[in-house]
Amino acid sequence: MSNEATVHVEQGAVHEVLEHHDEHHHHETFITKYVFSQDHKMIAKQFLITGTIWAIIGGLMSVLFRIQLGYPDATFPFLEDIFGHWAKGGKIQPEFYYALVTMHGTILVFFVLTAGLSGTFANLLIPLQVGARDMASPMLNMLSYWFFFLASIVMFSSLFVETGPAAGGWTVYPPLSALGDASQGSKIGMDLWLVSMALFVVSSLLGGLNYISTILNMRTKGMTMTRLPLTIWAIFFTAILGVLSFPVLFSGFILLLFDRHLGTSFYLSEIVINGKILPNEGGSAILYQHLFWFLGHPEVYIIILPTMGLVSEVMSVNARKPIFGYMAMVGSLFAIAVLAFLVWAHHMFVTGLNPFLGSIFVLLTLLIAVPSAIKVFNWLTTLWRGNIRFTPAMLFAIGFVSMFISGGLTGIFLGNSTLDLHLHDTYFVIAHFHIVMGISAFLGMFAGVYHWFPKMYGRYLNSTLGYIHFWVTLVCAYVIFWPMHYEGFAGMPRRYYDYSSWESFKNFVELNKVISFAAMLSFGAQLMFVFNFFYSIFHGRKVTTKNPWHSATLEWTTPINPGHGNWPGEIPEVHRWAYDYGKDGKDYIDQTTPVGKDESGH
Amino acid sequence: MSELSKVQQKKIHPHKFTLWVALGSIIMMFAGLTSAYIVKRNQDGWQGFELPRLFWYSTFVILLSSVTVQMALRSFQEREMSRYRLMITITAGLGLLFITLQILGFMAFEAAGMKMIGRGSSPSYSFILAIGGLHAAHVLGGVIALLVMFIKAFSKRSRSYNSVPIEIVTTYWHFVDVLWIYLFIFFSWLN
Ligand code: HEM
Ligand SMILES: [Cu+2]
Repeated sequence: MSNEATVHVEQGAVHEVLEHHDEHHHHETFITKYVFSQDHKMIAKQFLITGTIWAIIGGLMSVLFRIQLGYPDATFPFLEDIFGHWAKGGKIQPEFYYALVTMHGTILVFFVLTAGLSGTFANLLIPLQVGARDMASPMLNMLSYWFFFLASIVMFSSLFVETGPAAGGWTVYPPLSALGDASQGSKIGMDLWLVSMALFVVSSLLGGLNYISTILNMRTKGMTMTRLPLTIWAIFFTAILGVLSFPVLFSGFILLLFDRHLGTSFYLSEIVINGKILPNEGGSAILYQHLFWFLGHPEVYIIILPTMGLVSEVMSVNARKPIFGYMAMVGSLFAIAVLAFLVWAHHMFVTGLNPFLGSIFVLLTLLIAVPSAIKVFNWLTTLWRGNIRFTPAMLFAIGFVSMFISGGLTGIFLGNSTLDLHLHDTYFVIAHFHIVMGISAFLGMFAGVYHWFPKMYGRYLNSTLGYIHFWVTLVCAYVIFWPMHYEGFAGMPRRYYDYSSWESFKNFVELNKVISFAAMLSFGAQLMFVFNFFYSIFHGRKVTTKNPWHSATLEWTTPINPGHGNWPGEIPEVHRWAYDYGKDGKDYIDQTTPVGKDESGH
Repeated sequence: MSELSKVQQKKIHPHKFTLWVALGSIIMMFAGLTSAYIVKRNQDGWQGFELPRLFWYSTFVILLSSVTVQMALRSFQEREMSRYRLMITITAGLGLLFITLQILGFMAFEAAGMKMIGRGSSPSYSFILAIGGLHAAHVLGGVIALLVMFIKAFSKRSRSYNSVPIEIVTTYWHFVDVLWIYLFIFFSWLN
């Protein structure tokens, strides 16, 4: 009863749009349409564009610190013109360097590949692909974006405070991060970092709650869970991971704030700074690492799972074949999501972890290789003997699989604690996670952007620029990160400002130059993509048919530029799964087509 | 009405569902903190303590407020709007009283020589403040929600007989109540 009533109330606004569709009765001002919009499609665009701006900033930071790493002896006076005392004499100062790597990590991991990625595709695709007019709570959804926006403002402002932003690494381990006297980057910049991240956690919780609730409660008639496209399954597990792990990170931050400002000693014990003995006693820095990595490890899957979904979808559509092993794909997503909570201590093998406990974490960590391998196998078999259309989106999807394999294999090295004792905190780890997470996730995200851009803006991205973007990015990514494995084997530690004083790393001088050059080239290619993106929003080739990719999923049954409410008439009913490609001699059969009498089963 | 609501009829209301997931998320936060506490307790240098009397009173207050919030919900469903308004006012008042008692409790704790913050504080004691304070913040959130309900109940513009919002607040209120009982037993037992 009350249930029915509220759905009426809830849907009231939407119905109004529908009934008076032709007369444009629904008054939308610029503010409600583009700024405080509650339309999931507009919120998706807001996330995407904010994420893009962050990606440019975060990427630029990596170019700056690669200048230092590739050319440690050179000076670049123009840097001093721009950054003042942070680049005194045209040389990036150590404090600046640490601030750059820290902010690069924070921005890319959280602001781009978590909020930018999930925020964009969860918002865009959930209602469109499950057949709903909007999210379960459009209001919370809007708040989710605005909390992200606030977090962004705070983080951005921390770049301009006098002592600089946080500089203790993206994991902000105490005691360094807890003691303002310990470094420049542990002063006000660190507080702003924590405040920003707290807002960020709120944003992702609001978003995640809504995603889960919408997927479970708002599916159209006939859309059973096993008829959902894999994108939705992937987003579903991502949201669960976020909702269960972000709060733990939050509690870790609360205790860190206590230590910073209330003189408590949760993480601090027996510390001497500049010869001064601190009174703190009884705390443990390792405690923070547990709280951090309990989120931190699920977080890496929060980043990669959505892209796995996007890639599965793009790959099936462009291979004109059903995805291979749909249920195995769902099962492996589930297995990854469960295991993600049970492996966090593999980041802590060298913290004096009990070796027996360590061996359990080794086992659980290596177990993740199984569902990962199942997914890779299924992608490859989906490609096998397909009628592949090499659209830019498809190339990015294939590139994703290549990167994911390369990076997954090095994970198996690191997962063995005995090997990790040597490899921990070296460039090998940098290579591992940039390939398996950073680059893979970006390629997957690009696959999604190229594929769904027509749905978002009613226009296409330019394909020629897309092909150039793909090849330059792929080649540069391997040139940048592959050699880092060798550097890591040789013991080159991560997070150092200058390696030239070590005799043993002298032979990497030229290699570091090559890496830095490839990094700059790759950054240029991304700028070209950004140009393509904004240019195409206004001037791209127009989409003329509803379903340009001949895809079977629901989002392509909406008008080319869907209004708020998505479908002008009734929401279509679903009769089959999302992957009927090449069935009974037909190119594809979309989900709204009823099952024919003489149709073969699947 | 469209097929949409027909499908949804059988199911739990999406907003209620969202609340349940949110509660799961809050549980994870306190699970994180209390497991940190347990780990810490098993290490050297743990300092035991006795909870001040005041926390018994606050526990009684929050239990009582669960009763009143339930009565508010009942009144709403029976359309007894004046009793409804009275009950949510009492509940909010009890919520504020609970928070006040908690703060007094923390002060009594410090006054007994067990420093929670500042020089000479011990993490064993600081945990009480961090965890208890975070819980009190959640109660405050409930009070604010009740305040919103209160304003809604008086506004002429929206005469809504939709009970979902008050059901949601009631569930949340019982949740923070149970959460405190858990924490109270936890601190009394493992100290
Ligand atoms: C076969 C699967 C994988 C295994 C066995 C594995 C194992 C590991 C291990 C043991 C470490 C710790 C290395 C150290 O710090 O010494 C590590 C680091 C890392 N892994 Fe993986 N990994 C796997 C897949 C992934 C995936 C799929 C992602 C992301 C999508 C990922 C992201 C990361 C990140 C971000 C770090 C480093 C964090 C940091 O220290 O800053 N890994 N991995
Ligand atoms: Cu991990």
